[in-house]
Amino acid sequence: MQVFRYSQAHTVDAAVQNAARSGGAFIAGGTTLVDLMKLNVLQPQSVVDINGLPLDRIETLPNGGLRIGALVRNSDLASNQTVQQQYAVLSQALLSGASPQLRNMATTGGNLLQKTRCYYYRDTNYPCNKRQPGSGCAALDGFNRIHAVLGGSDHCVATHPSDMAVAMMALEATIHTRGSKGERTIALDEFYLVPGSTPDRENLLLPGELITHVTLPALASGTRSVYLKLRDRAQYEFALASSAVVINVSGGAVQRARIAFGGVGTKPWRSREAENALEGQPATSETFHRAAEAAMAGAKPLKYNAFKIELAKRALIRTLTETTQSA
Amino acid sequence: MDQPKNPLLDTQEADTGKKPTTDQEREPTLGRFSRRSFLAQLGAAGVAATASPLAHATETEAPEKESPPRVPGAVPVTLNINGKEYRVRLEPRVTLLDALRDHLQLFGTKKGCDHGQCGACTVHVNGRRVNSCLSFAIMHQGDKITTIEGLAQNGQLSPVQQAFLDHDGFQCGYCTPGQIMSATALLHEPIGPDDNAVRAAMSGNICRCGAYNNIVAAVQQARARKTA
Repeated sequence: MQVFRYSQAHTVDAAVQNAARSGGAFIAGGTTLVDLMKLNVLQPQSVVDINGLPLDRIETLPNGGLRIGALVRNSDLASNQTVQQQYAVLSQALLSGASPQLRNMATTGGNLLQKTRCYYYRDTNYPCNKRQPGSGCAALDGFNRIHAVLGGSDHCVATHPSDMAVAMMALEATIHTRGSKGERTIALDEFYLVPGSTPDRENLLLPGELITHVTLPALASGTRSVYLKLRDRAQYEFALASSAVVINVSGGAVQRARIAFGGVGTKPWRSREAENALEGQPATSETFHRAAEAAMAGAKPLKYNAFKIELAKRALIRTLTETTQSA
Repeated sequence: MDQPKNPLLDTQEADTGKKPTTDQEREPTLGRFSRRSFLAQLGAAGVAATASPLAHATETEAPEKESPPRVPGAVPVTLNINGKEYRVRLEPRVTLLDALRDHLQLFGTKKGCDHGQCGACTVHVNGRRVNSCLSFAIMHQGDKITTIEGLAQNGQLSPVQQAFLDHDGFQCGYCTPGQIMSATALLHEPIGPDDNAVRAAMSGNICRCGAYNNIVAAVQQARARKTA
């Protein structure tokens, strides 16, 4: 591991100023950063410890929504009563990710910024446009079983590994940040970037900009939500395909649906195609199958990952069936 | 030891400074170099520089009690481990795991993958189980850290330790400290009662020997006795 300067920040402003000045990385749980620093994939010259910042609370907002501090640990968010009762998809997604030890460390802000598990990104012996822009992509012609079928480019096909972010996509979360130019509010849906020709740019954060909290809107009564994760093991494994559904059904018809996928896209993948195929339609198996086809219509398989397309369709159909069965 | 150990240098030989009395055939050779010819090339200064700390080391049984070697970039760090305060100088890049093992002689916590995948390094920070390999020690000043060495009280094994013995919850034993730290924390976590819930809650601890069935039995015994 390369040497770095370490400092602790006790206010958000100090953290932001310090990171902007030193070109530093923020560290909270450390579960991604320390891992990748050991592999020399990330080599920050300065590390700003933000664990002392007062960003570790979960609060109900006056309008019924939820405000989640960036330092709330995954295990605490998953077991929060309000989250379990009103945003079940989020609790389920969190509990399907990583191990209990890692969930005790990993934070809300850090999870949103998790790095891909692409083998070639994690191994500095291989070219990788995300790690070293312009060096090439070893996954395109390599072993690409875990890679993306949606949102890829000739430069990168790495998936975003977060489960939590997929649930938050379906919940239409908003990210709140603080940077050297002040505060920003960004819809999560607009936060992530597809790789295009600049896979090293993964989101809209500017250098030194810190996620301070995430807000979730209140859900209409009767909303049901669920997360289903399909993977090679029953526990402690990244998604091959996952589906997050947040849905309202009334009088046998889908009133409102928010659909997101994990494991198949270069970012947590919101599917407006699936939502459009569902809303206003009868909550039937035929509708669900049409939504699944619509969601994957633009999918482009690589040599080893074509199975993900069918897997994602079935994940969506199963979650839709589960959430629309009469309660 | 504050000098890198020279694999070609025999401490006994360095200690006495005498040439070996044995014949030529007993000299180990490495490639084209015999040990003797290598030493000759080092020159007197090189031998003197490497020999003296090694000679010292052979005379000292316990680790040195004086202040630890200074490392560039190291800063004073105070850690509270098993109720005891430890003051050390650590570089910021030293993980909590490496601090325990390499600086504090607490070898119970094991290094497996060193990337948060195997769970062998599991310790408790403020009562919660974490992977000590993925955290810098310097981030834990003021935290209460518990390692496997801190579970037994007054010579009495903890209920989880006893349960692992009762159910033979290990084979080689390397993953066991991490398994026991996870299982101990699990007693206070919101998980379901059945074996599958235990398997899920223990999924962050890999056992290459495959003692999983006995581990689950041990965890269930400890949970039953806790609620009994």
